[in-house]
Amino acid sequence: MSNVETQSRGAQFLGWIDARFPLSKMFKEHMSEYYAGKNFNFWYVFGVLAIVVLVIQLITGIFLTMNYKPSAADAFASVEYIMRDVEWGWLIRYMHSTGASAFFIVVYLHMFRAMLYGSYKKPRELLWLIGMVIYVALMAEGFLGYLLPWGQMSYWGAQVIVSLFGAFPYIGEPLVEWIRGDFYISDITLNRFFALHVIAVPLALVMLVVVHILALHETGSNNPDGIEIKENKVDGIPVDGIPFHPYYSVKDVVAIIIFLILFAAVVFFAPEMGGYFLEHANFEPANSLKTPEHIAPVWYYTPFYAILRAVPDKLTGVLLMFGAIAVLFLLPWLDRCKVKSIRYRGWTYKFAVGCFAISFLALGWLGLQPAEGVYTTLARIFTAIYFGFFILMPFYTAREKTKPVPDRLVYHK
Amino acid sequence: MSADEGLNRRHFLTVATTAIGGVGVALTAVPFLASWKPSARAQAAGAPVEVDISKLEDGGLLRVEWRGKPVWIVKRTSAMLDRLANATNDLRDPESDVSDQPEYAKNEVRSLKPEILVLVANCTHLGCVPTDRFEVAPADLGADWVGGFFCPCHGSKFDLAGRVFAGVPAPTNLSVPPYRFLSDNTILVGDDSGAEA
Repeated sequence: MSNVETQSRGAQFLGWIDARFPLSKMFKEHMSEYYAGKNFNFWYVFGVLAIVVLVIQLITGIFLTMNYKPSAADAFASVEYIMRDVEWGWLIRYMHSTGASAFFIVVYLHMFRAMLYGSYKKPRELLWLIGMVIYVALMAEGFLGYLLPWGQMSYWGAQVIVSLFGAFPYIGEPLVEWIRGDFYISDITLNRFFALHVIAVPLALVMLVVVHILALHETGSNNPDGIEIKENKVDGIPVDGIPFHPYYSVKDVVAIIIFLILFAAVVFFAPEMGGYFLEHANFEPANSLKTPEHIAPVWYYTPFYAILRAVPDKLTGVLLMFGAIAVLFLLPWLDRCKVKSIRYRGWTYKFAVGCFAISFLALGWLGLQPAEGVYTTLARIFTAIYFGFFILMPFYTAREKTKPVPDRLVYHK
Repeated sequence: MSADEGLNRRHFLTVATTAIGGVGVALTAVPFLASWKPSARAQAAGAPVEVDISKLEDGGLLRVEWRGKPVWIVKRTSAMLDRLANATNDLRDPESDVSDQPEYAKNEVRSLKPEILVLVANCTHLGCVPTDRFEVAPADLGADWVGGFFCPCHGSKFDLAGRVFAGVPAPTNLSVPPYRFLSDNTILVGDDSGAEA
């Protein structure tokens, strides 16, 4: 009894909660007693940043729906209304549109980190697969949302992407009609894309992120040395591990502040980013009878778009484009090398991953250029390199000459 | 009844319940999936369109809308028709065997009357609207360009009958919608009932 009296009001309240909901238990498991390698570098901030962007998108998105009208007649004007007449509407919309690009920047860096340090390898294959599903859901979310402003680029982007499904024999045309719900991209299509963009996909995304974190906390985080810290424990605690909170939560706050400074700089000074974040053609209302002279998707899809255009055959082009995403799912099984981190891997993988990064960036740039002449030739070369990285992987990783992996984490200056 | 038999029965009941439940979920999904099909209103909106072509000049192009899609009506000159016959080597489907058109437009000029061409103006690749490039050998399309349609999205090329050239992403010729002449200068796009084949 005396014990209860000496406790502070706050501790008493927490005790009341803990008797009814595992609050302290969950905080320990996922924060204060979740041990991660002590040698994390800046590559390890992008997971937390992705959650920050997700929260920005959810909050700004909810406020945008309060003034946006999902109909072909009103959509374009309602976005203009948000930009001009709603108090601070422009800020909320620019945060949302900049957030879309920021999401992909952060996620691409997050994924590349996994490739550098072998974070997709055993025992984290499922973690990688869940992450890939999140990535695909994110691409769907971005695509669905891009139709909503009902500008020319919205319209023709949706027309092209939905038509991709028409490439499949027999089921293609009925499938496209089913997706559109009409014989062309119409009011009906816009209305259902709105429903998917604001309810279905975000709900799935949030749940997938929870599943992703649960899977991560089951296996434990990888680290830049690619060494399993759980294999070296004293008193049940990894000797090379430090608790996520407060050691990494504090560092993550610094990363979040730097991110928000950059984010705010774009929102306030370059929200259109020279046509890369908000494309110029989208300032013209959708016209189903006229395609803009030059159409390109937003920058985060352009690597795959370049692959699509590199092939002079409709079905093959579509299959290669979807294949470029699908092949990423197989990464944990294509890589036969036992060593995780690039620090201890051979020159073959370093060379291959370098070629992959260059081809991905080059395809991203080519996807923004017109589909003619030397651009098409270059797109074909880089498409070959992109797929070569994956298809040849079982061969060049099987007999890779690796360096010895240390038993304990090391600090690199 | 032995313990084993009890377990077997329980297993059977579990499987049976799961199977029936699964069928129920699948059947319940049908109305939800079917609700995505074009609604009755969307289907009704696809009514035929009457077009007056009396003001269409030789070599001119008229854009009309049918079912939300752009439709072109082109009045070809005899010089244009002559060029159609010469370019068949470079075409992917010169006889329109795998392309989408009514039976009466499955010919070299892909139309009822040779001079009047009616096409759905969505590229058969990914649905962009090609641009009309009727001039011969312009700088950007090369010296062997004989006039036709060029899709700026992904570079597909079509001749003046909407036939696709080889080596471009579009797989088939541009579609010809059903249509018929109500009089010499009036076309009904979207309906060909009663038209001579």
